[in-house]
Amino acid sequence: MATTLVEIRGLTKAYVRGKQRVEVLHGIDLDIPEGDFVALMGPSGSGKTTLLNLIGGLDSPSDGLLRVDGQRIDDLGSDELAAWRANTVGFIFQSYNLMPVLTAQKNVELPLLLAEMSAAERARRASVALRLVGLEDRARHKPNELSGGQQQRVAIARALVSDPRLLICDEPTGDLDRATADDVLRLLQQLNREFGKTIVMVTHDPKAAEYASRTVHLDKGTLVDQAPAH
Amino acid sequence: MKYLGLVWAGLFRKKLRTTLTLFSLVCAFVLLGLLQAVNSLFSGGADFLGANRLITQARTSFTQPLPMRLLPQIEAVPGVARVSHSQFFGGVYQDPRNFFPQFAVNPQRLRDTYPEWVLDEDGWRRFITTRNSTIVGRNLADKFGWKVGDVIPLNSFIWTKTDGTRIWEWEVAGIFDGRNAEWQKRAGLMYLNYGQFDEGRAGGKGLAGVFVVVVDDPDASERVAALIDEKFENSPDETKTQSEQEFQLGFARQLGDIGLIVNLITSAVFFSILFLTGVSMSQGVRERVPELAVLKVLGFTDRAVMGLVLAEAFALCFIGALAGMLLANFSTRFLPAEFPIETDLRVWMIAGISVVVLSLLVGVPPALHALRIKIVDALAGR
Repeated sequence: MATTLVEIRGLTKAYVRGKQRVEVLHGIDLDIPEGDFVALMGPSGSGKTTLLNLIGGLDSPSDGLLRVDGQRIDDLGSDELAAWRANTVGFIFQSYNLMPVLTAQKNVELPLLLAEMSAAERARRASVALRLVGLEDRARHKPNELSGGQQQRVAIARALVSDPRLLICDEPTGDLDRATADDVLRLLQQLNREFGKTIVMVTHDPKAAEYASRTVHLDKGTLVDQAPAH
Repeated sequence: MKYLGLVWAGLFRKKLRTTLTLFSLVCAFVLLGLLQAVNSLFSGGADFLGANRLITQARTSFTQPLPMRLLPQIEAVPGVARVSHSQFFGGVYQDPRNFFPQFAVNPQRLRDTYPEWVLDEDGWRRFITTRNSTIVGRNLADKFGWKVGDVIPLNSFIWTKTDGTRIWEWEVAGIFDGRNAEWQKRAGLMYLNYGQFDEGRAGGKGLAGVFVVVVDDPDASERVAALIDEKFENSPDETKTQSEQEFQLGFARQLGDIGLIVNLITSAVFFSILFLTGVSMSQGVRERVPELAVLKVLGFTDRAVMGLVLAEAFALCFIGALAGMLLANFSTRFLPAEFPIETDLRVWMIAGISVVVLSLLVGVPPALHALRIKIVDALAGR
């Protein structure tokens, strides 16, 4: 039986807007085993992106326990959380979020700047990651010289280059056409099945969710349903 | 060093804006380099002068001449080794723009009081024995292509000749050099034989502009200066005696407080450049909030992102300053010999301090903005 990579107990997130306290997640309990591919679904405002941000260490919960890879991250400080993200998580966003002035190669090398390694080693690892996503020949291109699908593949390579155990994907195919989206999703599925990467993906798209091994539904900040993949 | 590429890429994200900002910085530092070089010349340019020389002038102003009969009386003051005299001639060569310093002097006394000027024995002999002779500094001779034996007409805007004209002709007896690099830079003046000058002028005969006094012991300069002034106290020709350095600085200050003027202009330029660069930097960071947030997502700490923005500000100011200062340094080579300004160590240090101050002033506000970026808000476009 797979070990639990992400353990969530009574997770609450509230924002203070002026004098009002708005609670967007209410006591979430969720376990994500290592090697799982989870699709987080739900209507707009259901709190799925908030939950994703918390799991990825981009934000801190108001209450509850959040343990990833055996380490509680709900009480880490800003710098500790940054170091934890660099070592444990890879991020893929809807709008790719690549640095427009850097080439694909340099974009992929970015996370490695934080590690102690030579420039040659950084370049070698980035090349390997780009080869993995099928973009080795586009290494010297800047994002504006690449198609949307290619940009997302560069973003995936960037997420993979430091070999994280967890991949966090926020609507990774939201800006792509169906065929390209399927390519990207197949790539994520391949990373999950062949390389054992645990993936948590937020999506509105039921077709995209089909690539996951299970789907978790959220509504109004509460977990309403957990279903296996079709 | 591994972040250099990231800093560079951030800096040139908007090439046109960065290039224009850099251009402004280059202009500002060219101005700073040249103005501070002028300041340096006026404030510290007299350091090379000997500490054993005093200048005795009229108490009211150095433009007021003193009678030559004071010379033996000054020579008689205890502690005085030698005395010469000098009268400003105020002539132009061919064109009013060709103005350079000329002084009417007693050749032998000049030689005795200014050993810093190096001239061969024949040159000194000709200068001493030829009444309408002149000796010319090497820089001046090179500039106009003069050589020994040439006759140089000078149109004096001060002294009229007995025949009513103002054109004086001087025969070059020799071309002198400075004894070291510092004096060589200043070899851009001309000494005229006082004998011919005093005989030829229509008015002011028997008067000297100032007396140059060499003292036996440089440590006794102040005491000797006081004795000279005491000697002529309450006489029609009261004197003011000071070190040659003080005299030179006082002469320069006749134009006004150069340091204050230069610093005011420099401050105005920097105030403008501060706004321009500050706005450019802040705008650049505001546009890149999502990108900076992504760096934080990837594991860069808040302080690391702040450091990157500060490094960009420093790189921008440093490149602009370096280019500007090199240009200023280069352009001083094309100035006439009579403006021996240079971007010396002091000027470079001022530029260095300016870079640090400017970088902090323009870099800290956007850097703090970058520090405070919240990832989730930035990625959500809030």
